[in-house]
Amino acid sequence: MSDLTTLTAAELAQRLASGEITSVQATQAHLDRIGAVEEQIHAFLNVNTDEALAAARQVDEQRAAGADLPELAGVPVAVKDVVVTKGQVTTAGSKMLEGWVPPYDATLVTRLRAAGMPILGKTNMDEFAMGSSTEHSAFGPTRNPWDTSRVPGGSGGGSAAAVAAFEAPIAVGTDTGGSIRQPAAVTGTVGVKPTYGSVSRYGLIALASSLDQAGPCARTVLDAALLHDVIGGHDPLDATSLADPAPSFASAARQGAEADLTGVKVGVVRELTGEGYHPGVEQRFTESLELLTAAGAEVVEVSCPSFHAALAAYYLLMPSEASSNLARFDGMRYGLRVLPEEGPVTAERVMAATRGAGFGAEAKRRIILGTYALSAGYFDAYYGSAQKVRTLVQRDFTAAFEQADVLVSPTAPTTAFPLGAKIDDPMAMYRNDIATIPANLAGIPGLSLPSGLAEDDLPAGFQILAPARADDRLYRIGAALEARQHHAWGGPLIDRIRPQEASA
Amino acid sequence: MSTLNTAEVARLAALARIDLTPEETERLTGELDVIVEAVATVSTVAGDDVPATSHPLPLVNVFREDEVTETLDPQEVLSQAPEQEDQMFAVPQILGEDA
Amino acid sequence: MSTDALIDYADATARFDPVLGIEVHVELGTASKMFDGAPAHFGAAPNTAITPTSVGLPGALPTLNRTAVEYAIKIGLALNCQIAQVCRFERKNYFYPDVPKNFQTSQADEPIAFDGYLDVELEDGTVVRVEIERAHMEEDAGKNTHVGGATGRIHGATHSLVDYNRAGIPLVEIVTRPITGVGDRAPEVASAYVRTLRDIFVALGVSEARMERGNVRADVNLSLRPGPDAPLGTRTETKNVNSFRSIERAVRYEISRQAAVLDAGGTVVQETRHFHEDTGATSSGRVKSDAEDYRYFPEPDLVPVAPSREWVEQIRASLPEMPAVRRRRLQTEWGFSDEEMRDAVNAGAVDLIEATIAAGAAPVAARKWWMGQLARKAKDDGVGLAELNVTPAQIAELQGLIDAGRINDKLARQVLQGVLAGEGDPEQVLIDRGLEVVSDDGPLLEVIDATLADQPDIAEKIRSGNMGPIGAVIGAVMKATRGQADAGRVRELVMERVQA
Repeated sequence: MSDLTTLTAAELAQRLASGEITSVQATQAHLDRIGAVEEQIHAFLNVNTDEALAAARQVDEQRAAGADLPELAGVPVAVKDVVVTKGQVTTAGSKMLEGWVPPYDATLVTRLRAAGMPILGKTNMDEFAMGSSTEHSAFGPTRNPWDTSRVPGGSGGGSAAAVAAFEAPIAVGTDTGGSIRQPAAVTGTVGVKPTYGSVSRYGLIALASSLDQAGPCARTVLDAALLHDVIGGHDPLDATSLADPAPSFASAARQGAEADLTGVKVGVVRELTGEGYHPGVEQRFTESLELLTAAGAEVVEVSCPSFHAALAAYYLLMPSEASSNLARFDGMRYGLRVLPEEGPVTAERVMAATRGAGFGAEAKRRIILGTYALSAGYFDAYYGSAQKVRTLVQRDFTAAFEQADVLVSPTAPTTAFPLGAKIDDPMAMYRNDIATIPANLAGIPGLSLPSGLAEDDLPAGFQILAPARADDRLYRIGAALEARQHHAWGGPLIDRIRPQEASA
Repeated sequence: MSTLNTAEVARLAALARIDLTPEETERLTGELDVIVEAVATVSTVAGDDVPATSHPLPLVNVFREDEVTETLDPQEVLSQAPEQEDQMFAVPQILGEDA
Repeated sequence: MSTDALIDYADATARFDPVLGIEVHVELGTASKMFDGAPAHFGAAPNTAITPTSVGLPGALPTLNRTAVEYAIKIGLALNCQIAQVCRFERKNYFYPDVPKNFQTSQADEPIAFDGYLDVELEDGTVVRVEIERAHMEEDAGKNTHVGGATGRIHGATHSLVDYNRAGIPLVEIVTRPITGVGDRAPEVASAYVRTLRDIFVALGVSEARMERGNVRADVNLSLRPGPDAPLGTRTETKNVNSFRSIERAVRYEISRQAAVLDAGGTVVQETRHFHEDTGATSSGRVKSDAEDYRYFPEPDLVPVAPSREWVEQIRASLPEMPAVRRRRLQTEWGFSDEEMRDAVNAGAVDLIEATIAAGAAPVAARKWWMGQLARKAKDDGVGLAELNVTPAQIAELQGLIDAGRINDKLARQVLQGVLAGEGDPEQVLIDRGLEVVSDDGPLLEVIDATLADQPDIAEKIRSGNMGPIGAVIGAVMKATRGQADAGRVRELVMERVQA
C-alpha cells in the first residue's frame, strides 16, 4: 500500500500545501489503490481516472503558479453515486439509471470542484439509498474491508468502505435514516449526518426529501469536519437550505482534540440501549463513555419515550416520500425504457414495464408501501400519524437537550452482519436503523465514530447527537473522544485493519 | 387494518405504475403485511392534540426572485432520452387521457 | 361525431335547474417559471426553456418564485378572498408524460386565497354574484404533440412528442362554489364570469390573459336538478374550453344533453368531457372514478408560505382599480347612459375612449367616433377596435380640427379614411389631400355672385322671405368648393348679398 493512501485528508492537505507532494501523486496513489483492492471490495460503481487526474493536474498548476488555494485543494474525494455529477455516469445504484450522464452538477459537487478536489469516482450504494447493507445495489454488493464476507452497512456502504479500505481519504455520503452513520460504525470510520439544511440537497437523487442529508465520510473527525466545511453552506437552489452562516467545523474539531470536557453534559439515551444491542457493542460504548468522563464530561441519562415509535414513523414517511420522488423514473425522459412483452405499446404500459424491470425488490417494496400509506382512506392513520410521531420525537429531543449538551448511543445495534443474512427479512434489515433514525426525523445532526472492536473483532460505532444547527458540538466532542481513544488504544482503530486486509 | 391481500397489492402496484409478476405480487403481499402490521402502531401513539410535522426545521417564506437563470442545452438533455424526435422527447402513444 | 340525444334548450331549462361550477386556470406573466429560473415565455423552440427542475431530472429541486406568489395574492384580493396566514404546497401524484416529475406541485388543503366572490355583469346589466371557493397556486404541465393520427388528435396517434417549455409555468387556479339560480342564463353567466376574470387579470397585470394562447383556460362543471330545492345532481366537467363563445356553447350543449339523459330516465355519468369547436358538441373523455387517487401530501422540498399582514396590505394598496369599478366611475365622468356604456364595454372601446378623452376630445365626440365609423370599419375588417390603424391621439386630433372649424364632419370622415390608410396624422392627411375648409370669403362670394346672377329669381324669392332656394345656392357653392366651404358662412354671405 502506498504511503500516500494512509494519510488523512488533513495530512495530505498539509503536504500538498508545503509542496512536498502533488495532487497528481495523491490522486494516482488512490487510483492505484482502487485498482488493487476493488476486486475484493467493490466500493465504486465508476472510477473517473482521467477526469480525476485532469483535475489534479489543474490544481497542481494553480499551486505552482502561486494561487491561493482552499485547504483541501488537491485532496481526492469519492462521491456516493446518488449525487449527480455533470458528465460522469450517475446511477444511484439502480438499473433504472444505468449509463445516465447528468447534464448538471449537484451543488455539493460544484463546491468540491471549486475547492480543487479531484473526484475519484462514484461509490456503490443500495439502490436509491434504500437499504442498510449495500446488497440492494443493482450492480452487486460492496464488501466490508474488515471482513469481506460481511456487509459494509448501507446505504452508503461504498463511501464507507472506500474510506476504510484507503481507496479514498474522504468521501461524500447521504443519510436518510442512518446511511452515513451506520456504515461508518460497521467499517470503523467516521461519518456525519449534518443538520437538515446544512448541506444542499440540490442534485441529490432524492429518497425522502424531508429526511435526506448529505455529509462527510472520513477516517478522522477532523477530516469529516474539513469536508463538511467544503460542501456545507447556504444554497439558494435548495429551499430547505439553512441561510444562517455556520462556524468552521474544522476549527471546532481542532479545538476539541485538545479540549478538556469539564462542564460538558453527555446524555445517554435510555431507549437506545439494552434490548437488541449486542453486548460487545454495548461494552465498547460504555468504554468510550468512561473516556468522556475521564476527560471531564458529566454523563447523565435521558429518556426519549417516543423513540419506540420512531422506526414505524420512519418506515411510513420515508416510503411515502420515496414513492413520489421515484415516480419520475418512468422511461420517458432519461434512463431505462422497457417495452411490455405483450399487448399494445402505450406510454402507460411502457412506464409500468420500465418500472417493473428497472426497480429492484427493495425499491418496489418501499414504493408500494409508500403508495399504500398515502392512498385515500389510509392517509390519516399512516402518514398523518407518522407526522405526529415526528413532532413527539422532536419534543423528546428538545427536552433531552435541556438536560445534556449532546446525546450519545451506540450507532448501530450490531456489528457488520454477513452478506445475505438479512436480505430476505426486511424488518430485520430495517431494525439496523433504530438508533440513527430519530435524528433524521428531527433534522438534528449526528456523528458516528469508532468505539473499538467488539468480541467478533469487528468495529462498533459510537453516535453523538447535537441540537439542530449545533453541528460544531459534534466535531468538538467527537474530536475530544477520538483523541482519548487513540491514546487509550495506542493509535487509530483503522490501523488494526491492515494485517487482515493485506491478506484480502 | 393491516391485512393486505394480493388484490390490494396489485391495485397499489397499478397506482404506482409497476408491473409485478404474480410471484412478486405474492411475495410482496406477505412482506408488506408484516411491515404494515409493524408500522401501524404509529396510529396509537399520538393524540389529536399533537400537531403534524412536515418539515424537520420550521422555515417559512423562502423565495427566489423572478429572474431567468441559465437553461439546459436541449441536445445534452435529449441525448440521454430513450428516444427523441424534432428536439422533443418521443414517447409511446398516450391513451385514455385528455386530448 | 356526436350521437348524443339532445332536447330543446328552452324545454331543458324549463324542466331542470342548471348548476354551474367553473375552474379557471390562468398562466401568470412572470419572467421565470414557478419553481425554477427557466424563462416562462410563449413560443420558444422546443425544450429550450428548461432547467433540471422543469424537466424533472433526478436530484433537481424547486424554489418558489416570489412574484408568482405576489400575483396569486393580487388575484385573491381582487376576488375579495381571504389570504391564508400560512399555506403549503402539496404534491398531486399521477403519471402522465407531460408531467415531468409524475406529480404536480399544487395546493390542496391550504390554498393561498379562499372565500371570495366576484360580481359579474351580464350584457343586459344584470349582476350575478359568483362565490369563489378558493384560488391556489400550481404549475403547468408540458405539451404533448400527437404524431401519426389525424391532425394532432390523440386517437390513432402512433406516438407523442413532449416539449417541457410550458412545464412549470406558474398557474393560479380559481374555483367557484356551485353557481345556482341562474336558470336558462347559465351559459351567459359562465361566459361572463370568465370574461370578467380575464379583464381582472389584465387590469392586475398578472397575465397577458390571451385565451387563444391558452393563458386562460376554463373547465366547466355542470349538473342539472329538478328544481332549486333538490339536491345537486351528478356533474360533468368539460375541460379546457378556450373562448368565451365556446364556454356558452359548451354549457348550452351540456344542459340539452344532460336534460335528454335525465328525461329518458337515465343517469348522468360523472366524467370529463371535451368540447369540439367545429360541432359545438361535447364528447366523453375519461370517466372520473375513485381509482383516481392523487395521494396528496405536503411538498417536502418547499417550505410553507406565510404572507405577512404587511405584505398583503402593501399588495392590497397597490391594486389597480377593478374593471367594474372603473367602468362605473368612467360612466359617471363621461355622462354616458347605461346602454351607451354597455355598448362601449361590449365593443371593447372603453380604454380607447378613455385615451381619446385624455388626448383632449370631449366624451361624446370620442364615443361617436369609436362606436360609429370606427366600429363599422372594425366589423367590416373582422378585427378588434384596438387593432385598427388609428390611435386615440389621432382621433382626438381629428375632433380638434372639427372643433376649430377647419373641417366639417364630412371632411373629417375623409381625413379619417386617410389616417386608416396610413397616410399619417389627421393634420398631415388634411394638408396632403387639400381638404381644409375654405375660410376666405373671396372665393365663396365669387361663386355666390355667379349663381345669383345666373338665376335672378332666387335672390327675389329670398328677399321676399321664401328661404327655400337658399339651399340650392349653398349646394352650388359646396359643389364648386368640393365641400370645403363652411355651410353656415355661405348662408350668411348669401343673406348679405340679397339684402344689399
